[in-house]
Amino acid sequence: MSASTKPAGALPGNTRSRVRSADRIGDVVLHGLCMLAALLAVLAIAAIAYKVIDGASASISRFGLGFLVHSKWQPNFGILGAGVLVYGTAVTSLIALLLSVPLGISIALYLSMVAPLRVRSVIGPLVEMLAAIPSVILGFWGILVFGPFLQRRLEPFLHSVLGFLPIFGATPTTGTGVFNASLILTIMVVPIIASISRDLFLTVPQELKDGATALGATRWEVLRGVVLPSSASGVAAAAFLGLGRALGEAIAVTQVIGAGSAIHASLFQTGDTLASRIAEEYAGAVSKLQIASLFYLAFILLVIGLLANIAAQLIARRFDVGRVAAR
Amino acid sequence: MNDPFGSSPEATDRPGPGGQPAAEEPDVLGPLAMDLPDPSGPLTPSGHLRRRQLISRLAEATQTAAALLAVAVLGIVVYSVASRGASVLSIGFLTKDPPQFVGVRGGGIAPAIVGTAVIIALATAVAMPIGILTALYLTEFAGRWPARAIRLALDLLNGVPTIVVGLFVFGLLVVGHHQSGFAGSFALAIVMLPLIARATQEVLLLVPAGLREAADALGVSRWRTVRGVVLPTARGGILTATVLAVARGAGETAPLIFLSSIFANTVSVNPFGHQGLANIPVYIFTLSEEANRYGFARAWGAAFILLAFILLANLGSRALNRRSTLSR
Repeated sequence: MSASTKPAGALPGNTRSRVRSADRIGDVVLHGLCMLAALLAVLAIAAIAYKVIDGASASISRFGLGFLVHSKWQPNFGILGAGVLVYGTAVTSLIALLLSVPLGISIALYLSMVAPLRVRSVIGPLVEMLAAIPSVILGFWGILVFGPFLQRRLEPFLHSVLGFLPIFGATPTTGTGVFNASLILTIMVVPIIASISRDLFLTVPQELKDGATALGATRWEVLRGVVLPSSASGVAAAAFLGLGRALGEAIAVTQVIGAGSAIHASLFQTGDTLASRIAEEYAGAVSKLQIASLFYLAFILLVIGLLANIAAQLIARRFDVGRVAAR
Repeated sequence: MNDPFGSSPEATDRPGPGGQPAAEEPDVLGPLAMDLPDPSGPLTPSGHLRRRQLISRLAEATQTAAALLAVAVLGIVVYSVASRGASVLSIGFLTKDPPQFVGVRGGGIAPAIVGTAVIIALATAVAMPIGILTALYLTEFAGRWPARAIRLALDLLNGVPTIVVGLFVFGLLVVGHHQSGFAGSFALAIVMLPLIARATQEVLLLVPAGLREAADALGVSRWRTVRGVVLPTARGGILTATVLAVARGAGETAPLIFLSSIFANTVSVNPFGHQGLANIPVYIFTLSEEANRYGFARAWGAAFILLAFILLANLGSRALNRRSTLSR
């Protein structure tokens, strides 16, 4: 648009200047098209935010911020609160993050420092392929393969060994529940954290690592003392991106969390998250207020998802995390 | 071992007092010599150093185990899908309509396969040109601040939960109208746009500055440079980016569950039809929510086809990327 204010080329008259004015027009058109396309991304964000707030307005004006803590969800009586869902989202994402940050960092260290080059070029792509598995397939697998495994093996084991902790307190029953959902989310988040962290670790200057080695540091001491500190901010950003993914995952969680409607101390019992409630209830919504409340859930989700992403961008100024995230 | 100094303990761990070469005067030092390293002894670590090396080995073993765990999970998931899905596959499974009623054996998923193909093709047709133009804007035209703003917008768009995208498109295109394959394509295009734009931008940044400068030096206008030099050089990378985005979009369920009808039971290629298009991810999702073993069998078959497509697309794009001159 600013380009259109430029002088419009030399006077026409001979072939040369005609080519030139065609070039000018071509430049302006291309510039304009590119700018329009780029503005579409901004427009999309704005339109999504507007539409979601607009759809939620009835629920927002009815329930206000109390929606976030109120724990009853009874669409038939017009009583709607997202407390259980906020809790479920927080718990599943937190567990996923607690498991996937150390796992992801370990994998990244293996891929960037420990593994021989040939092994790296095989295992690296395989880890990234884990991220390519569609969530609906992972969730389906979670119901039919992983759930029964948890029910028969892992959950009874944890219950018998650590049953004194409230989170493992309940007797395992079905295999679906908060625990299953958290582990499925872990599977989805690990490759994100691993591939971002690996790229980060590879940017640590070789001289620093060599220096530490020359001073007699073991390989773990090099990782601990040089590699991790110099890329800590980027790893934190990767964790935030993973968190954003975990918070917003709807389908796989819906499939394995069991659509509970109460807060349970034990992870082996059912629960629900913001995103999965939207996926479950949209088709069977009974009232306008319920639909508006589902949009309200989407609004909460949008806000925390964007906050997680912005946090990642702010933490990792030096490193362009979005580049890897968009891969 | 890559660690060249792993087996030279004296240097760091047991220096002689004052750095004196200790064993040269064993008679003078007498019993004190016991504490000093013997330079003629074998170069094996002891004491503190041995502990440090042990910790290092343990850490490496843990990291290796973590990587193997991730690969094992991938293997188990792929094996589960392949072993259960392959037994369902047949020509009929690919070409027939699903049965009309729940709980019936047999039938195929032809409408879902065709529907997914149509939805994805349309989404790519929308997202690819916009994504490439956006990337061109970022690398060829934008100043520092506009580029930053657009990049941030793309990253945020990539961070919007896909279920929210689905709800947005539902509110925009379906409320007051009807479900349609086009609405699904629109939602997937929003999901794919930031992927294509960001990856294309990366590839465009790899086009050697020398090529652009050479074009400039010849007095070539910007758009001719883009068309004749930049885009052809980056073609392989752009194709890779698009294939990866297609693979990602093909598996997305959340944006589609509000937008495609579960009643679409016959093959249709019309994205504007009143029924919405069936598609594989939503079909798997619907079947996974009904506890029915024939439904589960069909879902495994559908999952097998989807997963095979996605993993092959990933592998293919990697191979393409390796061959293209601009790959990393």
